[in-house]
Amino acid sequence: MIQSKTGQMKTFLKQWQLQSMVIPGIVWMLIFCYIPMFWLIIGFMDYSIAKPMLQSPFVGLKHFEDFVTDERFWRSIRNTLGMSSIKLVLGFSIPIVFALLLNEIRSLRFKRTVQTISYLPHFIAWTIFGGIMLNWLGEGGVINQLFMGLGIQEREILYNSDPKYFWWITFFSDTLKETGWSAIIYIAAIAGIDPALYEAAELDGANRWQRMWHITIQSIRPTIAILFILAVAGILGSNFDQIFMLKNNMNMKMAESLDLYIYNMGLVSGRHSFSTAVLFARSIVALGLLFLANYSSKKLTGDSIF
Amino acid sequence: MNTRRIRRFGMFEVVNTVLMIAVCFITLYPMWFVFANSLNSPEHATLGTVNWIPKAISFDSYRVVFSNENMMNGFYITTMRTVIGTAAHVLFTAIVAYGLSKTNLIGRKIYMKIALITMLFSGGLIPTFILMTKLGLYDNFWVFIIPAMYTFFNMVIFMSFFRTIPDSLEESAKVDGASDYGVLFRIVMPNSMAVIATISLFSAVYHWNDYYQGVIYIRTQELLPLQTMLFKIIAENSMSFMQQQAMAQFGARLPGNSIKFASMMVATLPILLFYPFIQRYLVKGVMIGAIKG
Repeated sequence: MIQSKTGQMKTFLKQWQLQSMVIPGIVWMLIFCYIPMFWLIIGFMDYSIAKPMLQSPFVGLKHFEDFVTDERFWRSIRNTLGMSSIKLVLGFSIPIVFALLLNEIRSLRFKRTVQTISYLPHFIAWTIFGGIMLNWLGEGGVINQLFMGLGIQEREILYNSDPKYFWWITFFSDTLKETGWSAIIYIAAIAGIDPALYEAAELDGANRWQRMWHITIQSIRPTIAILFILAVAGILGSNFDQIFMLKNNMNMKMAESLDLYIYNMGLVSGRHSFSTAVLFARSIVALGLLFLANYSSKKLTGDSIF
Repeated sequence: MNTRRIRRFGMFEVVNTVLMIAVCFITLYPMWFVFANSLNSPEHATLGTVNWIPKAISFDSYRVVFSNENMMNGFYITTMRTVIGTAAHVLFTAIVAYGLSKTNLIGRKIYMKIALITMLFSGGLIPTFILMTKLGLYDNFWVFIIPAMYTFFNMVIFMSFFRTIPDSLEESAKVDGASDYGVLFRIVMPNSMAVIATISLFSAVYHWNDYYQGVIYIRTQELLPLQTMLFKIIAENSMSFMQQQAMAQFGARLPGNSIKFASMMVATLPILLFYPFIQRYLVKGVMIGAIKG
């Protein structure tokens, strides 16, 4: 439909009520999303918070050169990739397996109870969950008692003071907290599978594992693909709430993820421009990763987000 | 052959059931651990934490938490933040979503593009921090509310829900002379209670559990939410203010750990109490999100 400019203006005025609903939202987005986006340019400046934005001098790629030659930056990249890879390689399938096994439970009531309980830790704040972990991993904590009781270790280990355990602590505590919640999406996908498929397979003599593999997994493959794309695209991110809670001065060597590096450099050391340069580089790479993961998934499995 | 098959299935069923019970146990145990230790009596708590049952039940650590002015102020800030923040988020996001759900809205395409780009790019921590400072939101209660008033994701959920409400309902109200706002508040919102409940709950859980905004933006003690105080107590081990009070109240016999556990319990209790009633709404929300996504 083609309307003249004046016609559009008239309609616009006539729907002033609807417009007055939407425009505050757009203004909110311009302020809270677009202004920060625009301010990414301070990564190319020597910005000082005391001065008006555009009076700071442009310094080109100085901060970019500074961070690529900073060893601590590369350490944070290594830590981020390390933690993300463990989560991706070992952790990605755990909620899928949980959903598949839960689906095999025949009693509906038991199934629902397990499901409800398994979501619970997702709603507990990381302050509390992290506090429990810190206690368990410390001196005389549950983990030491358990491992010494089982004869896995001979004396107490202060797990959270030794950097070499940090990645595993984040992995296991995240698995403990989020498995049930991450499984919901698979459980929903499984619930949407046509039961006639299973009946037909059973008549053909397919056993439990064959049905699981050929029907259930094949049917939820698009869901798996989408979540895998998102996981790969998010490989430069980390669970900040978790790491911020579990990090300390002793394990910082392995705990400082890229997010935490940006926080430490920008808000603790006050190097605003420097941190913003890192942020800028990261968002470009993250966007690239999203397209790359999407493209490869499309080529390999035919499933993609866009 | 047939009996073997049945037996094998039986075996699987047993193992699987035991596994699921184990999952439930592992999930519930951390909370039980906090609960048991928060009740453990001071004399026994100095000997270390208990794994299952408190050796002697005592409410002393709760007394310290509940009579601590700072903690109670944190509780108040968190409650205010949760109530105001949730109301603001739901109202603001729903109103924007209703406007955008009208296909005849002039400029809709541009508005949607503006909204969509916020999903792909963002300024991130430092530019956002500078913005808050310039807006005067640093060390200000409203830093909890205003930046959290809108999310694209929830807007889309509202929008797609509003589309399912039959046009005839809205039309008849319009014929009776209702304005767009009248239609939204008297027809559309009352018919969307399920989605409003879901989004309110997610927003409330976020506001209740968030500690990070308080760490970054708040300096004044009186504005710290409960979770930020907990973060300081647990991760930074700065609980001198409570220990001093505990010393005054109970002598030196109340160890720091019991107070920590009691504080954790107080901060989680509202979630644990509401959880059985709200969990189905929360799950529903994910389903809506999953279908749209």
